[in-house]
Amino acid sequence: MEIYELTVHELLEKLDKKEITKKEILTSFQNRIKEKEKDVQAFITITDKQAEEQLEEIEKENITTRLAGLPIGIKDNICTKGVKTTCASRMLENFISPYDATVMEKINDEKMVSLGKLNMDEFAMGGSTEHSYFKKTKNPWNLNKVPGGSSGGSAAAVAAGLVPWALGSDTGGSVRQPASFCGVVGLKPTYGLISRYGLVAFASSLDQIGTLTKDVEDAAILLNVIAGHDEKDTTSATREKIDYTKVLNKGVKGLRIGIPKEYFGDGINKEVKEAINKVIKQYQDMGAIVEECSLDVADYALATYYIIACAEASSNLGRFDGIRYGYRTKEFSNLKELYKNSRSEGFGEEVKRRIILGTYVLSSGYYDAYYKKAQQVRTLVKNEFEKNFKKYDVILSPTAPNVAFDLASKIDNPLEMYLADVCTVPVNIAGLPAISIPCGVNSEGMPIGFQLIGNHFEEATILNVAHAYEQERKFRQNYKPEFKK
Amino acid sequence: MSREDYEVVIGLEVHAELSTKTKIFCSCPTEFGGEPNTHCCPICMAMPGTLPVLNEKVVEYAVKAGLATNCEISRDSKNDRKNYFYPDLPKAYQISQFDKPLCENGYIEIEDKNEQKKKIRLTRIHIEEDAGKLNHDDFGGGSLVDLNRAGVPLIEIVSEPDISSSDEAEKYLRKLKSILEYIEVSDCKMQEGSFRADVNVSIRKKGEKKLGTRTEMKNMNSFRSIVRGIEYEIDRQIDVIESGGKIEQETLRWDDVSGKTFSMRDKEDAQDYRYFPEPDLVAIRLTEEYIANVKSSLPELPESRKQRYLDKYKLTEREAKLITASKYLSNLFEETVLKTNNPKAACNWILSDISRILNEKEIEPNEIPFTSDNLAELIKLIEKGTISSAIAKKVIEELFENPKEPSKIIEEKGWIQISDEGAIKEIVLKILETNPQSVQDYKGGKDKAIGFLVGQAMKQTKGKANPQMLNKLFIEEINKM
Repeated sequence: MEIYELTVHELLEKLDKKEITKKEILTSFQNRIKEKEKDVQAFITITDKQAEEQLEEIEKENITTRLAGLPIGIKDNICTKGVKTTCASRMLENFISPYDATVMEKINDEKMVSLGKLNMDEFAMGGSTEHSYFKKTKNPWNLNKVPGGSSGGSAAAVAAGLVPWALGSDTGGSVRQPASFCGVVGLKPTYGLISRYGLVAFASSLDQIGTLTKDVEDAAILLNVIAGHDEKDTTSATREKIDYTKVLNKGVKGLRIGIPKEYFGDGINKEVKEAINKVIKQYQDMGAIVEECSLDVADYALATYYIIACAEASSNLGRFDGIRYGYRTKEFSNLKELYKNSRSEGFGEEVKRRIILGTYVLSSGYYDAYYKKAQQVRTLVKNEFEKNFKKYDVILSPTAPNVAFDLASKIDNPLEMYLADVCTVPVNIAGLPAISIPCGVNSEGMPIGFQLIGNHFEEATILNVAHAYEQERKFRQNYKPEFKK
Repeated sequence: MSREDYEVVIGLEVHAELSTKTKIFCSCPTEFGGEPNTHCCPICMAMPGTLPVLNEKVVEYAVKAGLATNCEISRDSKNDRKNYFYPDLPKAYQISQFDKPLCENGYIEIEDKNEQKKKIRLTRIHIEEDAGKLNHDDFGGGSLVDLNRAGVPLIEIVSEPDISSSDEAEKYLRKLKSILEYIEVSDCKMQEGSFRADVNVSIRKKGEKKLGTRTEMKNMNSFRSIVRGIEYEIDRQIDVIESGGKIEQETLRWDDVSGKTFSMRDKEDAQDYRYFPEPDLVAIRLTEEYIANVKSSLPELPESRKQRYLDKYKLTEREAKLITASKYLSNLFEETVLKTNNPKAACNWILSDISRILNEKEIEPNEIPFTSDNLAELIKLIEKGTISSAIAKKVIEELFENPKEPSKIIEEKGWIQISDEGAIKEIVLKILETNPQSVQDYKGGKDKAIGFLVGQAMKQTKGKANPQMLNKLFIEEINKM
């Protein structure tokens, strides 16, 4: 295997055995970017030269922390001091954050080096990364397909070996769905486990930073780095620190898995269902107890999600007004025009659609019918999960109803695009942790993923359950992205 | 019909800046002034990705204000976003409180025109953040945004429409201001905008149950303008109704120079603030213990100070009331008494000359430029006979202009009283020589003539002669004649 194909824990083993050097690791990824980025288009900003300088510094100072000098990729909605943070929007085309996000401080404390900022749907709104102002990222398995979204750049970069791992963000499935589409592991932690400080807000009550990695162990390592309370984010939880790499080999014997029947309805592709059934069979073979369960308010979760997410987005994106930073129109003769034209020209279609929708559901006379109702349904969704977690340790479902679709095939049909979130959205509504793990490919060779949902702060459980599967079914060793044209 | 046929209904929304050291959602200083955009950070400038963290002091101060105004304190409160676009509002929403304010259902007592106690009910007190400021750019012609004030904590105190005249409005505001000063949650500097009021005025025919349509004057920051604004608005509304017109519900701008209100047309297309719960902050839950602790930390309130002044310093009801109306006057009084042991003199100076100058200068007691040390020294100088009260009045004037020790002032100005008997006798003889008529008058039984003669002597010595001595010597000398 090439260096860029290895997981981070494999790289660490080789470093320990002195079979490779940190410099060789960086060079391998740099070369891979040179070779494949033109096909994949995963990056908005490449900072491999800075990474090189940082590595030299690290070696000069003889810094030996475990992850020092290891590369990473960062979704472009996570603020990085000194490097552009665009959110894939014209609005922030030249924006450089004056501060580092809390997760970046943690990454920097580890002396990890960033290879660059990864493409995404504009302000994380979308499920295909086609809503980026800058470029369309391609799925490394088939360059005619989307990588999923909104963390499509992060997922594609990990799948293509451009970065060993990456940070993404997940508001309604934006880490898990692209992970599923690109055949990598995507972890969305419990709301509150990771500080949101410095993550450019889309929907504050749903947003959570997550990881895209080649396997579950890497997810555990990266989660160790970024998890923890942050006094700058009052919605972040104060909890005892867990070493997630130490919870991975507990097995699944006697573990109770719930399979919500609503997740296997007509909207779910046949090949996806088959793949998931094989996963279920695998868990049964390993000694887990699998039962059908019900999440019947899940039907309303998607509508609830789009109301809450858009409402919060309409408010969160108000600050992009052309006054202090970001895009400002050249065409204005008064304040109203300055606002109107800056925002009309600076935001893309999907962002504007959601701002308008969100403004509508919050407006007086409609608030009770939409936003308030949605909050009530949100409570019901939470309760329903709570009920299920009294019986089950984890809930298992497909990550997405289908595999990655063709580029441009859904761009004009927002509703169809939104339906791709149907399996992932309830998790954000309830603030739960979930992970997507690749479990095979369809007849066209496109990856399929399944999702494990845990109870609040049960990352250790879902990582262990995911890891157990991964040990038996070595997806990564059996399938590789082919960059089909 | 005349003004007497109408009843006036006034409700006030007061914004008071809290005197916490740091802003409500970040650790920038709240200090007034400073070069534009120097008391700012990524959070209060609303850089992408930043999050608010609620300053606990803000909650404490608001709870104090609530307790001092007889409010119920909410155990379960939260923050909400009020969304609107304006360049001084960097997030495009103000974090405020909508349906669950920290304090509700309070009241403040004032005296109505018949000196009867009247309760003005408070609907609520909630916490929120202040916006920045727009400055006109004299060079570029546009507007410049200064975000130093953005995120300074405010409490908004909303009254019920229980106020029925400009006089009551002023009394209510003065009382509220004095309470906030006493409990030290706001410095209430009106010029700096740290205590400002939105004034809602409506009128209705006497006996009418339904409230009339109200107009609102925003951001009024002097008692004088508030009183004038209300008076103008009452007259204007009566005129409109009397001439068959209808009052429009609108926001008005009071113009101090012309003494008129003007419609602020632009802002009037019915703002929809799209309030919703602030998802970046957790709910504010207060325990009984917390509230009890805040309650026990409240300092002595004006009512209780007043009683103490009646009992201990033997001030009259009126004097005690006037002095305790302002915490600054009250503190000046207590400190001066402590240093002079002369409550009567301290009270007199504060309520006569000092209050008169405050009025003339239209400044607030907290802007008095001299200290209780200065006032105490002045009182002692009079007691010792170093200066006359006439000179003392001039010293007080001077203290407002050029505050320094009174002894230095009288020395520099040459105002030391002439108490040398020889020198005074010389003056007395000279005055008697030129005023034979007064001598006759006095001898003829007109005691007032002495007053005239003393006045003449004071005039000649520019007030420096010791008046008691003059009095004594005039009588002695005339009797010798």
